[in-house]
Amino acid sequence: MDLAKATFRGYRRDNGRVGVRNHVIILPVDDISNAAAEGVARNIQGTMALPHPYGRLQFGADLDLHFRTLIGTGANPNVAAVVVIGIEPGWTKRVVDGIAKTGKPVEGFAIEHNGDHATIMNASRKAKEFVHYATSLERSEAPLKDLWVSTKCGESDTTSGCGANPTVGNAFDKLYPHGTTLVFGETTELTGGEHLVAARCRTPEVREQFKMMFERYQEVVNRHKTSDLTESQPTKGNIAGGLTTIEEKALGNIQKIGKRCRVDGVLDKAETPSGSGLWFMDSSSAAAEMVTLCAAAGFVVHFFPTGQGNVIGNPILPVIKLCANPKTVRTMAEHMDVDVSGLLRREINMDQAGDKLLECMLATANGRWTAAEALGHREFVLTRLYESA
Amino acid sequence: MTIHFVVHEEGDSVGTIVVEGVKAGDTLTGWIMEQDKTVTVKTLNDIPIGHKISLKDLGNGDTVIKYGVDIGRTVAPIRQGEYLHVHNVKTKRW
Repeated sequence: MDLAKATFRGYRRDNGRVGVRNHVIILPVDDISNAAAEGVARNIQGTMALPHPYGRLQFGADLDLHFRTLIGTGANPNVAAVVVIGIEPGWTKRVVDGIAKTGKPVEGFAIEHNGDHATIMNASRKAKEFVHYATSLERSEAPLKDLWVSTKCGESDTTSGCGANPTVGNAFDKLYPHGTTLVFGETTELTGGEHLVAARCRTPEVREQFKMMFERYQEVVNRHKTSDLTESQPTKGNIAGGLTTIEEKALGNIQKIGKRCRVDGVLDKAETPSGSGLWFMDSSSAAAEMVTLCAAAGFVVHFFPTGQGNVIGNPILPVIKLCANPKTVRTMAEHMDVDVSGLLRREINMDQAGDKLLECMLATANGRWTAAEALGHREFVLTRLYESA
Repeated sequence: MTIHFVVHEEGDSVGTIVVEGVKAGDTLTGWIMEQDKTVTVKTLNDIPIGHKISLKDLGNGDTVIKYGVDIGRTVAPIRQGEYLHVHNVKTKRW
């Protein structure tokens, strides 16, 4: 596939970023504001609430990550405008101010001394304005370099390592020379293949940063483990799919970064990259957590290879599923966007599989819904670093 | 030609079954992807799709190689053609 002249039609935002969706979201700052946020979303068509279970009494790095994830979600170019609702005005304003830096419409509402009724009424008025604003926007042509693509696999099996994951790798190798911004992560899921990722780092500095992140996560595992992590990492589903050890799973996982692209930098969780290229994000390997972090970092399309059939989606980030396992493709057809099971029958080669994924990526960027979007999968899962105070 | 299992690289200890319904005694054809060659192995067990067949005789404590890389250690002797999974192979890492 010749990507040299490839473009897509997206929504160019005031900060220069380009989105492929145009959501108006109702974003709760904390768990107890979910009901009001969902009330607004029920009142105003074309809006979407993003309920979650956290945001109270967090502190330190864990609180920073909470704010970074919420602000990043609102700031993502797939979002046109944001209504923020929190229990009190201080932290609500902090989220509003963070999102406002993008120049997009955002307004905050606090529940204390107003109650849910008045908050829902006032926020609904603003949400309706935002829907009119968003639906007046039009897509325009954008170069491929404006597309930010993330990847993370889930419910992997052995077919992931020889089919779906190298298909992502083939697509990444093709996108990389065109100045796209790419990310992968899943720190513990590199265990056994970390030397291969280290060897792909662009500079000794990046390699050192990567190794520090990897070792830190290993220490977390070693501090808390009560077994060799069998059934957690690899998961029971992975084992049912034939994956035996974390090393085997990791070597399959790493196929997603292809053969040619280099790791240009590392990111903290939900951190926005400062330039194009391939980035490693220190992150959980749990699907919904990692995809939520990618969305918060500003990625607009996601490649999600699966073997046994993970069904995940995200509220604002279209998740493209691809699968090479013929049984999964047959039994879970409604969840799959790209069927690459022909790879294992030698009916198609890796180059053709990569092209199939890229064609789906462009269609998705132009507005076609993914299976996860059509099925209503909106998993929004915040990563926690430790207990609340 | 039907491919029953795939092997990432020549020298790997294992192949991955990619068809359903493999039964003990079947003679299976494998595709070594990196070198684009085929091999045949007789399986000693029923093996589900996605699960692995040993391509070599392995002793207890031997290293298992896939993708040309160490993926763990055997915890029992494994014969060529035998089903290889969590019952006879463990991680070296955690």
